[in-house]
Amino acid sequence: MIRYIGQRLLQGAFVLWAAYTVSFLILYLLPGDAVSIMASGDEQNAVDPALVEKLRAEYGLDRPLYEQYFIALFKALQLDFGLSIKNGVPATQTVAEVLPETIKLAVAGFALAVLLGSALAVVAAFSRNRWIRQAFSSLPPLGIAVPTFWIGLLLLQFFSFRLRLFPAIGNDGGQSLVLPALTLAIPTSAVIAQLLTRSLHQTLGEPYIEQIRAKGASEALINFGHALRNAAIPTLTMLGILVGNLLAGAVVSETVFSRAGIGRLTVTAVNSRDIPVVQTLVVLAAAIFVVTSLIVDLIYPLVDPRINTSRGAKA
Amino acid sequence: MSVPNPTAARKLRKPAAVVSVLGAFALLASACAGGADAGTQQSADATPVSGGNLNFAVSVDRGCIDPQQVGNNDAIAIARQTVASLTSQDPKSGEIVPWLAEKFETNTNATSFTFTLRSGATFADGTAIDAASVKTNFEAIKALGAKATLGSTYLSDVSAITVKDPQTVVVDFSKPNAQFLQATSTFTLGLLSPASATLSEADRCAGKFSGSGPFSVKSYTVDKEAVLERRAGYKWPAATNSNKGEAYLDTVTFKIIPEAGNRTGSLQSGQIDATAAISAADISLFNGNGFWNETRANPGVVYNLYANQSNPKLKETAVRQAISKAINREEITKTLLTEADQPAKGVLSHTTPYFKDYSELLKNDPDGAKKLLDDAGWKVGTDGVREKNGEKLSFKVTYWQSPKEVLELVQQQLKVIGVDLQLKFTTIADVTAAQADKTYDFSYGNLTRSDPDVLRTVFASTTARGGNNLREKLPVDDVLAEQAAALDKDARQKLVDEAQEILIKDAHSIPLYELSTTISASDKVKGLTFEASSRLDFYDAWLSK
Repeated sequence: MIRYIGQRLLQGAFVLWAAYTVSFLILYLLPGDAVSIMASGDEQNAVDPALVEKLRAEYGLDRPLYEQYFIALFKALQLDFGLSIKNGVPATQTVAEVLPETIKLAVAGFALAVLLGSALAVVAAFSRNRWIRQAFSSLPPLGIAVPTFWIGLLLLQFFSFRLRLFPAIGNDGGQSLVLPALTLAIPTSAVIAQLLTRSLHQTLGEPYIEQIRAKGASEALINFGHALRNAAIPTLTMLGILVGNLLAGAVVSETVFSRAGIGRLTVTAVNSRDIPVVQTLVVLAAAIFVVTSLIVDLIYPLVDPRINTSRGAKA
Repeated sequence: MSVPNPTAARKLRKPAAVVSVLGAFALLASACAGGADAGTQQSADATPVSGGNLNFAVSVDRGCIDPQQVGNNDAIAIARQTVASLTSQDPKSGEIVPWLAEKFETNTNATSFTFTLRSGATFADGTAIDAASVKTNFEAIKALGAKATLGSTYLSDVSAITVKDPQTVVVDFSKPNAQFLQATSTFTLGLLSPASATLSEADRCAGKFSGSGPFSVKSYTVDKEAVLERRAGYKWPAATNSNKGEAYLDTVTFKIIPEAGNRTGSLQSGQIDATAAISAADISLFNGNGFWNETRANPGVVYNLYANQSNPKLKETAVRQAISKAINREEITKTLLTEADQPAKGVLSHTTPYFKDYSELLKNDPDGAKKLLDDAGWKVGTDGVREKNGEKLSFKVTYWQSPKEVLELVQQQLKVIGVDLQLKFTTIADVTAAQADKTYDFSYGNLTRSDPDVLRTVFASTTARGGNNLREKLPVDDVLAEQAAALDKDARQKLVDEAQEILIKDAHSIPLYELSTTISASDKVKGLTFEASSRLDFYDAWLSK
């Protein structure tokens, strides 16, 4: 078991390094650099090119690519990602300041998504009414197809501007979390519902369900005690992807609802080619994926005794 | 000396007072809220009351609110309120009037500027605003280099800064620099306490500086909000303000709202009180119904297509002239912008000092354009695009400015005369890159500055940047240089006119329309106005109960 975790951590370290390197190259290849963008402002201000060159040299942006890369990598290994070019604040601090806001949003969004998604799936799979079953089965594809941006604007229009129940902007208090979390939850819940519904249908067709039924178990026990538990396993596999969904959704949700967070930070940092900040975010995102998939793999054997991690095998 | 500005003049109740550079107190009387173009103007009736918080939405946050560093409009709106400048500029007449300097003198060849400071003014940390602090500030701005995106340009030729006595400071330049007086009225040469000059870049960006203006930074959270609070004891207003004491508002909260629909809805539902970032399509929602709009064109060089003349096709004057003639400027403002927006009437917008109306030279004339191209040997090819010696009149422009439809319309207008304009609408980063490597055919943009020297900044081939046209030196460069040295109003007017005429006639400048700023606000917001550079001024603003 310990050897397995060690292996996975090594893999994780490789993933982090690869993410760091690839994003470094992409940022380098993208046209435009942070210093010229900052100097030009909104209106192509007429800054003396010599001064811009001088500033680029100060940030080491005039050095050869490999030199920039190895200096940055060496520092990154010590968790120093450099100073944000836009304001001189350490990039890690810039990210750390808004990270809690995104965690709040993601946790709330995920909890809502699990609730909504499971509820949809349960109704779609267990309902005896064909109409209800079909209506609920068709909701998830709709939830996936509709752009998150549009869902956010719709919620904003109705619940904030019209009914004035929730604030349209900001990070203050639980009230301001409701609509952004809902915006984030809707597409994610659709994914969960779709997976779970399919998996439930499959499970309900398994012979052992008939066996339990023959033994006289109630429908409730069959559905919730046995089918749901077994059907949850494939959904668990998708957890990594769902976390990715949440991060991508956070960009949209944070923008629509003007919440500070790493989603919005990513957009501004990429647009201003603020390499230190982007690199920190990329490594953070990669770390989140690595940790989530590790957790999923460790939880597996607890949910499904058929899986044995000691040989590093996966279901 | 009033500026010959027919449009602005029409709006004045009395002709602008004739004032000398020295002691322009005569303007105090006429310096009330104004200089705006159109809209359902706020009523300026009742007596201002103190108190309250004004929520103001801006659309982007680049993570820095240091007045000496920032160069983007939203950060400027915040930073402007925290500093007082040596001088101020009257939004109507363009006159430079006293602020922290009660007197200012310029030598005859515009190389030496002497400022006499008023006494009693202090920085927010309690230190006195004296001549030495001015020197510290200007030196700190020079030391910031390219980080002081605007200030470094204004101070680039400084040769010496001398403290004559505690109240008198002299700034000397190595070249004539008539624009400097106007530069001292801008936010970016606003004064911070000498202690602030020693702060780290990060601390300054985070608003931990001590300013000299009517508001101080209370808190600033990146991507969320900046809260400014009234500076107790402030009593050194610019001659252009009607308020003479402390600011009326307790606090101003700048909320960062990146989504346009959210800004509109938030203003309608009262979650914000005012903003200058409502999209053109939504502005009419705030004409009346408990709201008001006020629009003012930004002074400076209007939105232009700048031809890269290192491209042989665009070096041909006839080609540039034809393109300028093919553009229907009225159609752009009528169909795509608000009723308060105006087509270009010259290279400079009508709110710029020394503006002159050149509409006659900018008439839409597709037939004249076709003839120019015919005569120059550009024949229409099978695909409708003109060509000569196998070269096609096809050009690319990379831009990010919204509304993006403006250039789409220009593209259609140019198609009529057989010129193909390829558009790439992208991010600021991509545009900056295209400009840095000088590969563009046309670049697109404007530059806000309430001084005609902006013509030299943008067009002269003799500046460090080489001008947006990337052309060789021409006689117009000499005119632009002379204008920068001219102190006499009439002489400068003549030179500015001459330069503009050449720039338009030879189509170095292909102007489109005037960028404008519109304040949209709830009726309870009073006295929120534009200063001369069309930046917002919250000092006179107040909230009715």
